[in-house]
Amino acid sequence: MRVSFNVNGEDVTADNVWPGESLLYVLRERLGLPGSKNACEQGECGSCTVYFDGVTACSCMIAAGQAEGREVRTVEGLAEEPGKGGDRTLSTVQEAFVEAGAVQCGFCTPGLLVQTDDLIERTVGAGRAAPDDSEIREALAGNLCRCTGYEKIIDAVHLAAERRAAAGSTS
Amino acid sequence: MATTTRTVTDLTSTTKDGVGASPRRPDGTLKVTGEFAYSSDMWMEDMLWGATLRSPHPHARIHGIDVTEALRLPGVYAVLTHEDVPGEKRYGLEYQDQPVLAFDKVRYKGEAVAIVAADHPETARRALERIEVDYEVLPPVSDSRRAALDPEYPLVHEKGELPEHPEYNQSGNRVRYQPIRTGAFAESPSSQEAHREALERLRAEADAVVTTEYEVGMQDQAFLGPESGMAIPAEDGGVDLYVATQWLHVDQRQIAPALGLPQEKVRLTLAGVGGAFGAREDLSMQIHACMLALRTGKPVKFVYNREESFYGHVHRHPAKMRYEHGAKADGTLLYATLEIIVDGGAYASATPAVVGVASSLGIGPYEVPNVLVDAYGVYTTNPPCGAMRGFGAVQACFGYESQMDRLAKELGMHPVDLRLKNAMAQGSRIITGQEIDMPLPMAEMLERCRDLPMPVERTELEDPSDQRTLPGGVAGTTRGEGVVRGVGYGLGLKNLCFSEGFDDYSTARVRLEVVAGEPVVLVHTAAAEVGQGLVTIKGQIARTELGVEKVVIAPSDTQVGSAGSSSASRQSYMTGGAVRTACASVRAEVFELARRKGFVPQGREDVELALEGGKVVSAVDGVLVSLAELLGESAENGTVVERTREYHHRPTEMIDPELGQGSSHTQFGMCVHRAVVDVDVELGLVKVVALDAVQDVGKVMHPQQLAGQIQGGSTQGLGLALMEEIQVKDSEIRNPSFTDYLIPTILDTPPMRIDVLEHPDPHSPYGLRGAGEPPTLSSTPAIVAAVRDATGRPLTHAPVRPEDIVGIDL
Repeated sequence: MRVSFNVNGEDVTADNVWPGESLLYVLRERLGLPGSKNACEQGECGSCTVYFDGVTACSCMIAAGQAEGREVRTVEGLAEEPGKGGDRTLSTVQEAFVEAGAVQCGFCTPGLLVQTDDLIERTVGAGRAAPDDSEIREALAGNLCRCTGYEKIIDAVHLAAERRAAAGSTS
Repeated sequence: MATTTRTVTDLTSTTKDGVGASPRRPDGTLKVTGEFAYSSDMWMEDMLWGATLRSPHPHARIHGIDVTEALRLPGVYAVLTHEDVPGEKRYGLEYQDQPVLAFDKVRYKGEAVAIVAADHPETARRALERIEVDYEVLPPVSDSRRAALDPEYPLVHEKGELPEHPEYNQSGNRVRYQPIRTGAFAESPSSQEAHREALERLRAEADAVVTTEYEVGMQDQAFLGPESGMAIPAEDGGVDLYVATQWLHVDQRQIAPALGLPQEKVRLTLAGVGGAFGAREDLSMQIHACMLALRTGKPVKFVYNREESFYGHVHRHPAKMRYEHGAKADGTLLYATLEIIVDGGAYASATPAVVGVASSLGIGPYEVPNVLVDAYGVYTTNPPCGAMRGFGAVQACFGYESQMDRLAKELGMHPVDLRLKNAMAQGSRIITGQEIDMPLPMAEMLERCRDLPMPVERTELEDPSDQRTLPGGVAGTTRGEGVVRGVGYGLGLKNLCFSEGFDDYSTARVRLEVVAGEPVVLVHTAAAEVGQGLVTIKGQIARTELGVEKVVIAPSDTQVGSAGSSSASRQSYMTGGAVRTACASVRAEVFELARRKGFVPQGREDVELALEGGKVVSAVDGVLVSLAELLGESAENGTVVERTREYHHRPTEMIDPELGQGSSHTQFGMCVHRAVVDVDVELGLVKVVALDAVQDVGKVMHPQQLAGQIQGGSTQGLGLALMEEIQVKDSEIRNPSFTDYLIPTILDTPPMRIDVLEHPDPHSPYGLRGAGEPPTLSSTPAIVAAVRDATGRPLTHAPVRPEDIVGIDL
């Protein structure tokens, strides 16, 4: 079958899609976007997290056909969001993860970045208070990391929130 | 991070981002943009997908395999069985006992029987369903104790099938049997009667005796990046393999003979590795992908899914342990006995080395004058077990630390005081007779850990009824009633680098040249970056040693000599040592060039030179010449200085097969943990409130990455303490998924304070000690001790299960 949708602001079409394929498979194997990761392919680890019509979801649990006509944003699309400050090539959240040492093997990182981006935008991005440790833990509870013990990830989220808040107040 | 006791001389280097700084990972940007190419991201236009048919039975005879129907399926390019293995039909890390594809028998559920290449992963899966295998199912051989001790128990491997290893006391289902005898038990090493008499005498002398049986469950490494890679057939009849592994050259050494190819025709490049923790030390899809690529003439990609991954790699050995300790009333340890049986499953993998570690470190870092250890590693038809972070020392640590707590309770002592009373230090000898000839500041570490600030009491919390602070979390299982706090300590001693006579080395090629007017260093090794941050450390060392800021890390491949394995906490030591040695050689050549070209003033040839800020400097004359001027532009026939060097650590020896004596270890590392837990004693739920660690690392190479190692290792130990166990019944895995095999989430993981000491090891580069494994040892017993403190239950099984806490016998 043919599936057409929008990824990171671009309209794309995948042909010869077998109906059993997941959105994750189509992104990785048919559209050249392997950034979303395949750690469990059963909706438990969060490494394949994408925005699906603006809501974070595990792309391994979305059938390819369900993506027809929808908007998808992946880790590859995070840096392109304008007006977030930070490095020219990295978003605030991406920058914070590298700087805080939240990246080791990095396999969980793309999913955590999308989930963190969502948390930051829902809180400081919407003029609310920066998330505290408990809120961060709740928000990221669906993303497994085997390397870090999560401490540096929490540091990265605080750093990103702080910078996003600073960027927000000046814009 | 509070860092103290900086006794190592500060390096004089002023180069930015050198040793001791926390520069960013060179692969960090690629990893956060999604561009970093992991092994499962490999893609080529005309590639095929590989898939593996696995045995549904733990133990069965194979009478025939019919692939006819699978080959008929459109889109299928090849279906291969053991008959298609071009070369050696068995491989293995140490024993070549594992079939590339099963023949005659399968010995565990999930063993590879046939492989398929097809144009779509689903086509490949459907082809697997069409392969007919005629199995005669045999009863599983699943009891590790019987495998160790019952000569009548059925054999997993027939007599004569395996090479003999007398140094391991190998016989029957025993892969290795290692006794250790000291003090009264060494007088008649193999007389059980004499041991019984000695034990009776020692018991009579002791004021307190504690005897307990412990079990450690089978833990999974649960790296997130699944086994995967791509093999590409080459025009010379060889193959290029892009794969996630821990040791490229040991893969090459096993793959080439199976393919019937010379080593140089099997070229490996490290693809991005999504974690390892020991699980990538053995082969998974490597030979299979190469066989299919060579057969079809097309690139072949394999990606295991999570369920297959549980069958596709070795796990941590489950252990059954029986400990007895006797002490005097003042706490002085008098004797200890240990029987430990580790279940290696169907194939040997790293079992002999795991037994070597579990036995030699079986009593921990305590002075005990009389010790009797019997350590067994066995074959069963259970899932194969091999390397996992901590490697045999994790299992023993849970046992000896639990014993220390029981003994302290029996004697009415504080658990820290009992440990202090018997603590080893530099100059002590472990039970193999090996002297610890490097700092072992165990007493200092224990005291510092005990004195770390405690987390606030529940009653002092801003909102004690906030469910997020309670066991059970927002599931709302309690409002705080039945919640009891407990505190526990654990410490662990780990050997670092390879042991027992292995000629361990690493190789580094370092090139210095001038590109676009700027000196640049290229560092090339075959070492596997598995997430730990070795790529960062290599760059830091090059900067410090060569005084050059710009360092490029070449991809790891087999075009340079072996770097050894990214395991045993050894890469900063070994590959770090190799990079440093190669840099020193490059530096000497640069100084020689400066002298030859007349940049060193006459009469000052003996003055010490250094490389700083891209310049050759002299202690007397200051800057002599810039590297840019000395070497000249590389593209314009400038000088390129390149050196390849091997680094070896000091030799070690096997421990002997009778008394278990010998200096088998290269280096020792230690970590101490204090855990604070809140336990819902009615529901058996635990919330870890704090998990604080004190570790001595000799020299901090990269403070931020070090913290990541300690916190990550502590969290894997938390998993083993409270949730992680591969459930095996009748040799079958019951929970091969992240739905049923639980690893700690961010909600399960507490704040982790760390306190790092730096007592340098005089034998190692920069005085450093491997840091990755020690925290994985001590966090498990600390947490279980804290749960015991809260509940009063014996808790002899790791992980602790809810039924253990509430005392239900299921």
